Amino acid sequence: MNFEWSAFFDSIPNLLGGARVTVMVALVSLPIGLLIGTIVGIILTYGHKSIRLIAQCYVGLIRGTPMIVQIMFIFFAVPVLLGVRLSGLSAGILALVVNSSAYLAEIVRGGLLAVPKGLQEAGLAMGLPMHRVISSIVGPVAFRRMLPALGNQFIVGLKDTSLLIVIGVGELTRTGQEIMTDNYRAVEVWFAVGLLYLVIISVMTSVFKFIERAGRIS
Amino acid sequence: MSFLEFSGVAKRFGPVEVLKNINLTVDQKEIVFIIGASGSGKSTLLRCINVLETITEGDLIVDGLSVRGTRRDIRRIRLEAGMVFQQFNLFPHLTALENVMFGPLKVRGSSRGEARDLAEQLLVKVGLGDRMANYPSQLSGGQQQRTAIARALAVKPRMMLFDEPTSALDPELRHEVLGVMRQLADEGMTMIVVTHEMKFARDVGTRLLFLEGGTVLHDGEPKLLLADPPSERLSSFLRHVH
Repeated sequence: MNFEWSAFFDSIPNLLGGARVTVMVALVSLPIGLLIGTIVGIILTYGHKSIRLIAQCYVGLIRGTPMIVQIMFIFFAVPVLLGVRLSGLSAGILALVVNSSAYLAEIVRGGLLAVPKGLQEAGLAMGLPMHRVISSIVGPVAFRRMLPALGNQFIVGLKDTSLLIVIGVGELTRTGQEIMTDNYRAVEVWFAVGLLYLVIISVMTSVFKFIERAGRIS
Repeated sequence: MSFLEFSGVAKRFGPVEVLKNINLTVDQKEIVFIIGASGSGKSTLLRCINVLETITEGDLIVDGLSVRGTRRDIRRIRLEAGMVFQQFNLFPHLTALENVMFGPLKVRGSSRGEARDLAEQLLVKVGLGDRMANYPSQLSGGQQQRTAIARALAVKPRMMLFDEPTSALDPELRHEVLGVMRQLADEGMTMIVVTHEMKFARDVGTRLLFLEGGTVLHDGEPKLLLADPPSERLSSFLRHVH
């Protein structure tokens, strides 16, 4: 077959529009997911038994069901249950927040558990209350160790936005699908789509590398 | 009133009774050394003082405050009792200077300038004036432990608790740490030291406790107890340490 460069280049402007949606959805939902994941992770590690059980159920429920089911549930079932209307975009963002927070919570828990117990004791022995031991000592030490795993989860999260295709969000994968049904140039279009994901994820990887370097203890 | 007052203190971990009916008073400026075999309860006894362990029975008063008191009482006890750990436990993400500034900034509410002045002064005192910008990973064990002592002193405690401060150190690095401790003792700091350094205990201590099976078997003058052990248990323990 011949690779039709014009089909490749013609698809780029539209695909960039889709890429913008992909990046926007990820940029909004993953930081919120990290915030919730951090809170849930702290509860999983230090929380009182009863509240810890709730957090465990949350994580278990999210990790125990496919993300595509969660997307469908939030877009189609939640409006029925609550009598509200959700746009595809907001349902998608919500799904990604909920889904990523559960995985991020486990990363946070793992990071906190990996900090030697002695650091916590050193903070407590100075007269610091527990919440400040976590925020000033255990948290910062754990965060540095969690960065590779967090970066990994952010990459997974960004790629998970492609699942929003099923509820009609015009992100990168959906845009590619639309162009292909129009011009039937599968090779050129999916090549371009893949390339754009690669570029976005490379940028994200560099940002995480930068943060890791900035926090390195030399 | 005594600075420390143990009355009928017991500590159990599940079915294991680590401390049994401890009755003990310690006055200010005493330098108390605690020795005993591993598992005799000496570290637990120390850790009950600053409530890293909660006691199961009895009461323990530290400078007028009970370890069974409110959270606020417990934090006040901890401000009065600086602790030095076997594994140093320096904060790895902070430099030596920042480690020592941490207490004044976070628990004493000092300004950055005050905290820095005090930290620099203490690091010079422990002989690390040229190591302030180093992270713990860039310091030797002896340097780390001296930084940890400076960090504890920066909170301005009225008493220092040492939990086997030299046990994780190479023999040639121990004297650095012991030198700093001796200086503190000379300055009149109240100190409670869990250790295996018998010679140091004899030279610096004003009092020696020998723990055995969770009870204080001997309590007396270090020089006398070590020169002439009153029990077969203590003399056999001393033979095994040397």
